[in-house]
Amino acid sequence: MKDTKDIKNMRDALMAAINDLASDHKEIVFLDADLSSCINSTTFQALYPDRFFNCGIAEANMVGVAAGLSSMGLVPYVHTFGCFASRRAYDQFFLSVGYAHQVIHLIGSDPGITAQYNGGTHMPFEDIALMRQVPGVNIIEPSDAQSLYELTVQCHNAGKISYTRVPRKGATHRYPVGTKITLGKGIVLAEGQDVAIVATGEVMVNAAAEALKLLETKGIKATLVDLHTIRPLDTDLIDKIAKQTGHVLVCENGRYAGGTGEEIAAYLAKTNPTKMDFVNVGERFGEVGKLPYLAEQFGFTATHIAEVAEQLAKR
Amino acid sequence: MLDVETLKRQALEIRKLTIMEIGHFGSGHIGGSMSIVEMLTYLYYHEMRIDPKNPKKEDRDRFVCSKGHAGPAVYATLASKGYFPEEMLMTLNQGGTKLPSHCDMTKTPGVDFTGGSLGQGFSAAVGIALGQRLKKQDARTFVVIGDGESQEGEIWEGAETAAQWKLDNLIAFTDFNRQQLDGRTEDIVCMDGIETRWEGFGWHVQRINGHDFTQIDDAVQRAKAVTGRPHMIILDTQKSHGFIPGEGSVKNHSMAFDENAAREAVAELYAREGVKA
Repeated sequence: MKDTKDIKNMRDALMAAINDLASDHKEIVFLDADLSSCINSTTFQALYPDRFFNCGIAEANMVGVAAGLSSMGLVPYVHTFGCFASRRAYDQFFLSVGYAHQVIHLIGSDPGITAQYNGGTHMPFEDIALMRQVPGVNIIEPSDAQSLYELTVQCHNAGKISYTRVPRKGATHRYPVGTKITLGKGIVLAEGQDVAIVATGEVMVNAAAEALKLLETKGIKATLVDLHTIRPLDTDLIDKIAKQTGHVLVCENGRYAGGTGEEIAAYLAKTNPTKMDFVNVGERFGEVGKLPYLAEQFGFTATHIAEVAEQLAKR
Repeated sequence: MLDVETLKRQALEIRKLTIMEIGHFGSGHIGGSMSIVEMLTYLYYHEMRIDPKNPKKEDRDRFVCSKGHAGPAVYATLASKGYFPEEMLMTLNQGGTKLPSHCDMTKTPGVDFTGGSLGQGFSAAVGIALGQRLKKQDARTFVVIGDGESQEGEIWEGAETAAQWKLDNLIAFTDFNRQQLDGRTEDIVCMDGIETRWEGFGWHVQRINGHDFTQIDDAVQRAKAVTGRPHMIILDTQKSHGFIPGEGSVKNHSMAFDENAAREAVAELYAREGVKA
């Protein structure tokens, strides 16, 4: 497996995985919607010019074209910002891909507040909720470069449709190469008996990891799960942490309605009703700002997560 | 050699099967099914390189019915070609059927792509034509859209990319029957100037009588000779053509009629064509 420690941006870890896959798999093609220089799919274009298609600013058609290519035995990777990948091209992903049993790998960049100063028009909060409605889809939101690389490869090898939430700039290096990373299996980063924090994606896992230190100073022992795979849900792990702690806090860079927190709550309601709380954007629309400002606005900070976790642990 | 008489007889048979399968169920999309019967007959009985015994043959010509509600006519054509037994037509829209209202590639042998959410089959057809080129296949993609369907923005997104990629192996038809579900297109969203629109998008465009085999043949063969551009053939058609109770009606998008009415309609059609039923 490639070591991603020197990769500086999440988009480059993603493209490294896809470019490496495309070297062995000639059926892989890449479609972009005039955002190739944003995700650096220009690297794919340089390596495989005959297999790269810029579809212009027409996302619905791009996903439909990808479905047609899939029916020809090709394996399309399709990129646009997450807001367009989900909200604008949703019916095509649902019907021409999902319902028609085609396989494409859809990449939605700039999840949640990482859209930063592109603002509310470009801020995908509901993509998880939308994509969850497509039967059989794998949804991933890796929290660091190494897991992004490895899960991208695993999604390909799974041979099922997938949706990847990926921030573009900067990269966390959490997992050394060789760490066991498995699609569909969350990674336990810390274990404690008072409260379990389940976090998805780079912004939330980073903030939650900091929150653990604050909780520690208050004598609260917390479990932390990096839930890099949103679908399929790692129900074994959810059962385990609910049993161990009795308190589950779900942190996601997205909306409550239809999101990961709701899915976990619905699952636990059936198997083991558990005291829960949630950190997400709730009912708000997005807005412009740099990441620290937006994290403050939406409560995606270590301080806020620690506060919510502390209150939950006391319930 | 184009054998117009044989094609006409075959079209009549497909019309009969279409009317009977919808009549057996009791209702269905008769209007938009009947208007494309000559196009379907020409493609499946004259033009396309296909093998009903091997419906998934990789380098086959492909056909996408983007106006997926014309499924009943597609199924009648496929059954008559031997993709599946004609008796199966009587399962149309029954629970568990392989023949749903709208074309579904996961269910029906011979259906190359799913259609029905209007506009989507067209984008997929663009992708299929592109895929044929990538796979270096000497094969074509045929697709039919409706004039009402052409109100969908996705059609024009697909038109842009097909022209940009110079997909001359893509031959599209517009079933220009001037009607949509709620009535006449000109009263809802007028689609006049349709040739100019497609020409503006960089396509090679022809306009013909969609019920005339000689004109269909001329247009398709001419399209095949023009390189560097995708092809649009506008078919001027009559909605419900050949299902006489629906001809001239603005309420013929979907009609309810039973098997007796279907038999009468077939007899009426055969009488008009001067053919013994």
